[in-house]
Amino acid sequence: MVKWIFVDYERCSGCRICEIECSYVHEGKVWREVSRIRILEYIPGVVVPIVCFQCSERYCLKSCPQDAIYLDSDGITHVNSEKCTGCGVCVSACPAHIPIMHPEKNYALICDLCGGEPACVRICMDLGYNALRVVETDDINRNLYLRDVLNVAEELREALYGSSGEKS
Amino acid sequence: MTYGYAGSILVVDLSKDKITEMSIDEEILRIYLGGRGLGAYVLLKELGASWENVDPLGPENLLLVLTGPLVGYYPGIKVVITGKSPQSNGVVGSTLSSEIGVELRSAGYDGIVVKGRSKDPVYIYVENDSVEIRSAEKYWGMTGRKLYETLSRELLNEAIRKSKGSAVRETPMIYIGPAGENLVRTASVMSKWFHAAGYGGYGAVMGSKNLKAIAVRGKGPLPRVYDPVKVRTLTRLIQKELSSKFSLRYWGTGHGGYSVGYRFSSEPIRNWQEEWHDNREISVVNFERRIWKRRFWGDFGCPVTCMKVSVVKKCGSVYVTDAPDYELQAYMGTNLGIFKAEDIAYLSAIVDDFGLCGIQTGNLLGFVAELYEKGILTEEDLGFSVKWGDTEAFKRLIEMIVRREGIGDILAEGTFRAALRISSMKGVNVLDYAVQVKGIAVGAHGVRSGLDYQQFSYAASVQGGDHTSAPSEPFDRGEVFTTFADSAIVCLFTISKKYIWDFTRAVTGFEVTQELWTKHNARAILSIQRVLLLLGGPDIYWDPRVHDDIPKRFYEPLPSGPKKGEAASRETVRKTLIEYYKFLGWDELGLPTDETLEELGLKKLLEPLVKKVRKRLES
Repeated sequence: MVKWIFVDYERCSGCRICEIECSYVHEGKVWREVSRIRILEYIPGVVVPIVCFQCSERYCLKSCPQDAIYLDSDGITHVNSEKCTGCGVCVSACPAHIPIMHPEKNYALICDLCGGEPACVRICMDLGYNALRVVETDDINRNLYLRDVLNVAEELREALYGSSGEKS
Repeated sequence: MTYGYAGSILVVDLSKDKITEMSIDEEILRIYLGGRGLGAYVLLKELGASWENVDPLGPENLLLVLTGPLVGYYPGIKVVITGKSPQSNGVVGSTLSSEIGVELRSAGYDGIVVKGRSKDPVYIYVENDSVEIRSAEKYWGMTGRKLYETLSRELLNEAIRKSKGSAVRETPMIYIGPAGENLVRTASVMSKWFHAAGYGGYGAVMGSKNLKAIAVRGKGPLPRVYDPVKVRTLTRLIQKELSSKFSLRYWGTGHGGYSVGYRFSSEPIRNWQEEWHDNREISVVNFERRIWKRRFWGDFGCPVTCMKVSVVKKCGSVYVTDAPDYELQAYMGTNLGIFKAEDIAYLSAIVDDFGLCGIQTGNLLGFVAELYEKGILTEEDLGFSVKWGDTEAFKRLIEMIVRREGIGDILAEGTFRAALRISSMKGVNVLDYAVQVKGIAVGAHGVRSGLDYQQFSYAASVQGGDHTSAPSEPFDRGEVFTTFADSAIVCLFTISKKYIWDFTRAVTGFEVTQELWTKHNARAILSIQRVLLLLGGPDIYWDPRVHDDIPKRFYEPLPSGPKKGEAASRETVRKTLIEYYKFLGWDELGLPTDETLEELGLKKLLEPLVKKVRKRLES
């Protein structure tokens, strides 16, 4: 069984409190750029939360030329910041391009589920939004969430605004 | 360094193509904080000496985009857009919800001051230390939604490219639509598709500078705070308090279209001819069932999510807007005799897309419809009939205003200036039908019923008809408190009276309390705004003996509803106004006394200006 974060697109309001919480927990600051979970709003009103789905393919791990990405005993992804050179290969390898580089320290940032109890999920549930939740399953369907976010955004846009949503 | 501040303000001179930075002394920040307060101070310092000659739409005006120390930390995000207002000729601190606030602070800036005028259309792009003035030639003329398909998409591609292909967040931007480009005085500065800084008319100021947009990407953390542990603890408490709010979270202010009219008898109906109705077509239930496609929609850090995404299909096209909130339900609805949810959302989407202020424009449209009803404006003047409830006629008028076509060119000057022009054109005084104060249309809250705003509120405000900055009794609330919210900057819907002062102290380390704020800071900010407002010019000057008043309509008795017959009284307005001025340390003309200026440390800066105003009033 693997823990992963399920994202409910319908419920996410785009409040980004998860981003604030993530950067507080990992860096002790409010810092959007280093948040491991990101809320993207390419089209106003269309919010796409993205975070590592802990896929079973482990594209990032397999692609890393430095062996800087590893799994812990619970099967959760981690980045060894000492080994990582910030080459960006894992970003291209991930079909959803989820890893992001630390702007100051130049190593890859990937969600580590805060060791099992992700702070982003905790606050989202605590405030009653329930857009994020931790799921513990081996269901490989989670791999299917790994898609280019621009396509996800387009689909959500169509669902929200309709196919002629572009015309004004 | 000062806790809570990035420590630098960008200065972009579009005439000289020059980018510099300026810093503000801690002593000044302690008093003015940021946003509206700091904006007023900077404008006084930079333009005060020649204020009455500064054309708000000339290159000499400044456009300020300011954050405050609480931006990004306190739940709910706002920035303040300010400058010399082309509506009031004074200073309006116009708030706008945009992630540009947190990006600016993450990039190392507390704000941007834009000077001069670019020869060609441009936009400003900020990414940490790199600040560029880029051509906006191909974006000029675009509406908000088109701009998102082009400029916003290009900025996103650039951001993805620069970050090794990561799926990064969008680059937040603020922008103007065609209304701002055409210097329409009711143009707003927009963000996303539907958020607007409407009061003040700063969309036209941006347009006058040939500035289409400002986009910012900040890669650093927010500025350091004085007591990080306390800030975090309080943040959690406030988030919890706010997330349990029912009304704002589920309905936003979208329940107001029905309830403000029915319960408070204070909703503008047909240009304020009435303020009460029992029309359930405009009820929140219809909006939530038929229009709202996204129920909870919040900007950065906001647990309240008062915004709703609305979608309306009409003639094969899709119209999108937020909520519409109460103000637009009233001004794109009841004030025009329109009660149908779909029609209100449709008109709101149109004004949003053009970058018009829904309040100012709805007030203007209602004014036109009443003049048509009274036979003062005819089909010959307008090109078609403008009857109450005729959505398509109002849409056509909006298009004429944005393009300044026909009578649209006169209407584009806003309710007050249009009233002056129409009065001289027709030889009839139509100012009586202009429901505005000092060039600014009043918000959708009436004063006659006594159940909503107070009679003197709009008369005494330094921001005219701005309903977010209306004085009220007891005097330490209302506008005095709003100066704090707009300077720190906190959204009025997320502000927690219980925690806000502790929070501000924990962020800045400043010894700020509500008592001190009321006694000193608010008075300093309001005094500056008041003196600059009365300096006015160059096209219009205010005389407190004439213009410190509410619209004439509010003295007419309410014709319907449980409060039928109620009206404002000149004595009450006058009496409360004088008391309020006294409370602020102003004389009966609303000018700060010598002692007040001394006490506030503003003698050197303000005294010569006060003298100038007195001299003009005496002559």
